[in-house]
Amino acid sequence: MNHFGSVVAAYMFIWGILMVYQFTVSRRISNLRQEVERLKETMERGKRK
Amino acid sequence: MQALSSIGVAGLIGFAIYGALIWAPTEKTMGFLQRIFYFHAASGEVMILAFCAAFIGNVGYLWRRKLEWDWLATAGVEVGLIFNTISLVTGPIWAKPAWGIWWDWSDARLTSTFVLWILYIGYVVLRRLIENPERRAVVSSVFGVFAFLDVPLVYFSIWWWRTQHPPPLITKPGGLAPDMLKVFFFTMGALTALMAILIRQRYKLEVVRHTVAEMQIEAEYRNDGGGL
Repeated sequence: MNHFGSVVAAYMFIWGILMVYQFTVSRRISNLRQEVERLKETMERGKRK
Repeated sequence: MQALSSIGVAGLIGFAIYGALIWAPTEKTMGFLQRIFYFHAASGEVMILAFCAAFIGNVGYLWRRKLEWDWLATAGVEVGLIFNTISLVTGPIWAKPAWGIWWDWSDARLTSTFVLWILYIGYVVLRRLIENPERRAVVSSVFGVFAFLDVPLVYFSIWWWRTQHPPPLITKPGGLAPDMLKVFFFTMGALTALMAILIRQRYKLEVVRHTVAEMQIEAEYRNDGGGL
């Protein structure tokens, strides 16, 4: 039994799902940090008024 | 420090892949296919560790009522689900050529692992349905404690019932060649380090989300003229 294709499929799935997950979490953190900055600016403007 | 630990874990994972695909000897019966085992079995073990972290978070929240525990639970569940999915997908990829079937519903290990996946998907969906953070934390913590009851069933199923799933070759004398054992334990260590980094990152996401929610409340309060 060789089944090289099955091993490649399994390893591609493992690293695919881990990379997609890591990417989505990073993107969600980055979007929220942008939101924090936006809210800070809004509150700063509110203070000046 | 964070970048350094990420680089360290990436290095460990690189060595684990090298060990599993090249360094470990080829198994006599299954040949190259057996190399799926290192990451499949290690993912199953790491999944249990992540769900244990989630359980600690759930119990911690019910006991202390501090949102930090709830954030740990959410992070543990999400990361545990990733490793749960890996073990559920790589198992059938190995099973089809080895057993001739993708899946066996009468197998206690396979079915209880699938039930575990469904339960924790339910946990994630439940959290999205509740907006109030405190209420969400209470309901999901109770549900999380209930879902965790399946974890010992998954772990001990191969001892308690006769299953198609192989018994643990690691603890069995003469089960795995010493070099294969070394690669397995190294892979488990590398995936555990990766799990810790992913949980830390997911926890950070909850911290930032909480900061945004608090700032939104403050901004709304100010827009309303400070409650006057």
